[in-house]
Amino acid sequence: MSTTTPPTTGGETVPAVEPARSAPIKAIKLRHPWRMVFAVLLVVIFVSVVVDAALRPAYDWPAVGKYLFDRRISQAAVVTLQLTVYSMVIAIVLGVVLAVMRLSPNPVVKSLAWFYLWIFRGTPVYVQLTIWGLISLIYSSIDVGIPFMDPWVSFETNAALSTFTIAVIGLALNEAAYMAEIVRAGLLAVDRGQEEAATALGMSWSQTMTRVILPQSMRVIIPPTGNEVISMLKTTSLVTAVPFSFELFTRSRDISAETFNPIPLLIVASIWYLFFTSILMVGQYFLEKRFARGVGDRQPDRKDAVGTGTGTLTGVVPVVGSGQPSVIVPPRQDDPPVNPGGVK
Amino acid sequence: MTDVNMRAGASVTVPPMVLAEQVSKSFGSNEVLKSISLEVKRGEVMCLVGPSGSGKSTFLRCINHLEVLSAGRLSVDGELIGYREANGKLFEMAPKEAARQRRDIGMVFQRFNLFPHMTALQNVMEAPIRVKGLPKAQVEQNALDLLARVGLAERANYYPAHLSGGQQQRVAIARALAMEPKLMLFDEPTSALDPELVGEVLDVMKGLAKSGMTMIVVTHEMGFAKEVADSLVFMDGGVVVEAGDPDEILTNPQHRRTQAFLSKVL
Repeated sequence: MSTTTPPTTGGETVPAVEPARSAPIKAIKLRHPWRMVFAVLLVVIFVSVVVDAALRPAYDWPAVGKYLFDRRISQAAVVTLQLTVYSMVIAIVLGVVLAVMRLSPNPVVKSLAWFYLWIFRGTPVYVQLTIWGLISLIYSSIDVGIPFMDPWVSFETNAALSTFTIAVIGLALNEAAYMAEIVRAGLLAVDRGQEEAATALGMSWSQTMTRVILPQSMRVIIPPTGNEVISMLKTTSLVTAVPFSFELFTRSRDISAETFNPIPLLIVASIWYLFFTSILMVGQYFLEKRFARGVGDRQPDRKDAVGTGTGTLTGVVPVVGSGQPSVIVPPRQDDPPVNPGGVK
Repeated sequence: MTDVNMRAGASVTVPPMVLAEQVSKSFGSNEVLKSISLEVKRGEVMCLVGPSGSGKSTFLRCINHLEVLSAGRLSVDGELIGYREANGKLFEMAPKEAARQRRDIGMVFQRFNLFPHMTALQNVMEAPIRVKGLPKAQVEQNALDLLARVGLAERANYYPAHLSGGQQQRVAIARALAMEPKLMLFDEPTSALDPELVGEVLDVMKGLAKSGMTMIVVTHEMGFAKEVADSLVFMDGGVVVEAGDPDEILTNPQHRRTQAFLSKVL
């Protein structure tokens, strides 16, 4: 209570009350000596680990430098990126389909989507990739046609599907199960009133979905999808189970099998993975910022719409968390309600 | 425009705008509407009042088939809502047909439900373009006119988050009007607003009523009901307790339940 409030005369034309200036607090800062001690200790430990690593011959840093930009390695890095992008794109499309299926009123469709998730989330991806690798043992040919009749077209599985294709399929189908849950959460985060408003306007279900629900759920879907991309980049190292051997990890293992010097090549692979994930993390940071800002921007004015929201609010909560509205109320002097009927 | 004449003269031959015959609605074992029978004439403004949980909003949502009736019949402009009748049998409507019926019935929600990722103008233009397939230029001109009509011409390119509650609700009214409905449903349009913003929304609604629009308004604004409504319906516990002239009911309620309710809100 250090301010004194000048009395107001009441009425609406009185300008805003000017608060009296209060003196800033002058106090001696509380000291935290143990913080300093721990900080010094941690820095000492960290530096000694780094120095030790730099000098330890087993790491063989010259070999790391030699192989870091080896053609085989950089080609493998490109293949790793391809695996990530292709399987992620398929997984997102399939994930949207599965999420919509899970929300379907048709119990058969719903159960089928649930069954898919149960299988693909319930078994390790490494096991799945191994099974995909043995696909030609299970299905020696791929036939297109009516069941129990002569097929129209028939492929030899081994000839039709390269190990790369099988790796992409294996990764994508596994990832689709996770993407489905992310998309479903996004769809459910959109306020029900949005669907009602669209329905009341006579919009069809597909129009409501594509024009109203999906654009809003994107804000909830995109941040965790970024996580999934980073996760996928690392999961590509498991396609050795197929066996597909031209991606980063398997390639560096193969090289080290010739040189009998595995450690530097594992470091090389790790550096490449770190490089890619760092780029993705930067990208994700900007994406999240952009979408968080969009949500913050679109929060309703607390003063005018207490606890009501315009449909974004439920979607906001899981993403933004703090949800402090940064509301700009534009001046309102130019919009006296015009009377439509010209009366009164 | 010619609302009074239309109301008095045409009601003999033309079906009422809304005809509810013994409409009931249950959610599970909870019966929220119990045999409601009501008639709303063309150009009539009807206010539905009553305590929360009395079934007013549910009844309103039944009219455009957002809720499905459990029993009874409900027709708008002589057309059965949600069902087709042939050879004395009722056939459930396909979603497409139900959507076509909803085009003609505008609805304004308590929480506005504007599309937050679209500007005010885009909100108003969305349905005429997507649902009716009208050319964009024509729709845009019409939308701008509508926004001007609700006093928001200057706010056409604002996102809902940058509008006050009252402005959002006026955009929502313009959005509903853009489909050129023959009936407007208002579900507590001012309940989510700050007291000082209620007036601007009510003014727009008054103008709309004056222009001859048929309106059903669920509201707690007794002043609005008294001034604008042609008829007032008091609901409680899923039944119509009292219906008739607003002045009469508000000043001289017959039923004890109505008296008790009005003594608290007036």
